[in-house]
Amino acid sequence: MAFVAAYVVLLVAFGVLPTAYAVYFAFTDAGGKVTGFANFVSTAHDFRFLDAVSHVAVYLLFWLLSLVVFVVALALLLHRLASGSASKALRFLYYIPGALAGAASVLVWLFMLDPTVSPVRSLLGVLGFHTFGEVIAPGNLPLLFTIIAFWTGAGGWIVVMYGALNNIPTDVMEAARIDGAGAWQTAWHVQIPMLRKWIVYMVILAFAGGAQLFVEPQLLSLASVGVAGRDYSLNQLTYDFAFQMNNINGAAAVSVELLVVSVSAAAVFVARSGFFDAE
Amino acid sequence: MPNKSFAVSVAAPHAEGEPSVMSRTHHRAPERRRPRPLRRVAAQLQTGTVLAVFVVFFVLPVLWLVLAATKTDQQLVHDNPLSFGSFHALKANWDALTSFQDDAVMQWLGNSALYAVISLVITLGVAIPAGYALAMTEFRGRHTLLVATLVVMLMPNATLVVPLFLEINAVHLIGTMWSIILPYSFYPFGVYLTYIYFTTAVPKDLLAAARMDGCSEFRVFWHIALPLATPVIALVGFFSFVANWTNYFLPYVMLPESSQMPIQVGVGTLLSNVPSFNPTVGDLAIQRPQLALATLVAITPVLIVFLFAQRFLVSGMLAGATKE
Repeated sequence: MAFVAAYVVLLVAFGVLPTAYAVYFAFTDAGGKVTGFANFVSTAHDFRFLDAVSHVAVYLLFWLLSLVVFVVALALLLHRLASGSASKALRFLYYIPGALAGAASVLVWLFMLDPTVSPVRSLLGVLGFHTFGEVIAPGNLPLLFTIIAFWTGAGGWIVVMYGALNNIPTDVMEAARIDGAGAWQTAWHVQIPMLRKWIVYMVILAFAGGAQLFVEPQLLSLASVGVAGRDYSLNQLTYDFAFQMNNINGAAAVSVELLVVSVSAAAVFVARSGFFDAE
Repeated sequence: MPNKSFAVSVAAPHAEGEPSVMSRTHHRAPERRRPRPLRRVAAQLQTGTVLAVFVVFFVLPVLWLVLAATKTDQQLVHDNPLSFGSFHALKANWDALTSFQDDAVMQWLGNSALYAVISLVITLGVAIPAGYALAMTEFRGRHTLLVATLVVMLMPNATLVVPLFLEINAVHLIGTMWSIILPYSFYPFGVYLTYIYFTTAVPKDLLAAARMDGCSEFRVFWHIALPLATPVIALVGFFSFVANWTNYFLPYVMLPESSQMPIQVGVGTLLSNVPSFNPTVGDLAIQRPQLALATLVAITPVLIVFLFAQRFLVSGMLAGATKE
């Protein structure tokens, strides 16, 4: 079919082929000899690998939790606002940092977290942070990356959840009200169950996005001259394997691991959620 | 990266067919007329406080960034963080910034614009017909293609950066703009959006009628489907532009030369030239307010697109809803 031809070419070239490439390199050595799982074993034994896995895992935990809790809570609150225009204005304000996605958001937060220039330096002081070095101590990083990701990403999801809340039929909400359900009970027993599908969708996409953490630790390591954030995430590790250590096969092995995890999550979601049953 | 998830998010209600804001305020009206006991007022106050705290969280950093660009480094440290510096300092920051590596910042901006716009054009040319065909026509492999699109769409693209590098390297395109434009142009989310739009908003009978009248498949698409698709073209264009403009990892790997960097990677370079973050830089240093200004410059195009997009984003969502 002519209409899809160009798309199929791109899908093969930039979806299928790189995946196949990654798999090929992951199971061979530099000379092209098949080595089974040797690359997976050797990268897993790299002293930074387990650290990177745990960094990403802790970050994902924080990030997904904060997203589910705050996005749903804020959408519910906005939905309860009596004034439609106030709710609309707030949604737009929450959504603005989305324009600063990528490197810009990290730069902004480097400033926010530097007690010498931060507008919330007194708050940082109360929390016991007086130098930039103290703020970016290793233990704080998952939380800091969560704040950055939440700052840029939450607004868009709030718009979605709000839309989904609007989708709940009025008679359902009316019935809950007549049955004497308060705001909390309505939220817990009626609204949140009906948002479930959207929450799962958000978690899957945020998981896929979060697992590929790169620009945040990368720029942080630039800003701290390698003190914090270096070789922090799995993607930084693949970059290091490929371009610093000339170990393409090791890099491919880590990429394949990330792909397997995220594609299985995506596949389960597509198959089970009924989300994409448009036909 | 937050980008993709953000992109999906705003468009997603479209798929569900979101009722308009209007209908909501309408059905809430009677509630407002009831007398308010004190507890209700207290609850409203709490709601207001929580919402206001988050306004500060989301807006304060942006506000600070705008003001920081108008200050000297001295003022940045000693003045009130939310005070305005001076236009003089803003001008001085601008001059210092543009003189960095012979106007590198302008070159980076130009690069970003070039990459984002060419990718946008290819993306639209590829994704709109593909989404249309998936939704409105029958052909062999349609279902497979649809499932593949969904899976790839939910797949994190940064994990493919290293394999993409190897692939692009094999065809000797590293260091050319095609090394990022071509991967950017592959945009399954745009295909998905278009697919959803056509299945929900355009009746198949309309196209069938045109075919009966003897229109060729191409004429049906060009003269009937495409004019109806304006909202989704705008939507796909918006997400594609924002996603490409803000991408960091791919150009970081593919285009290491300063003269080819997009602005996102460029501001990373600036960051490593700020003495308070990196004490080892010498005379060619960039001061913090200049870095703030660079960040602001880097996001301005996206911010402008955001402001303009507001209206059609909403109308795009509503277009999906009218069909229900």
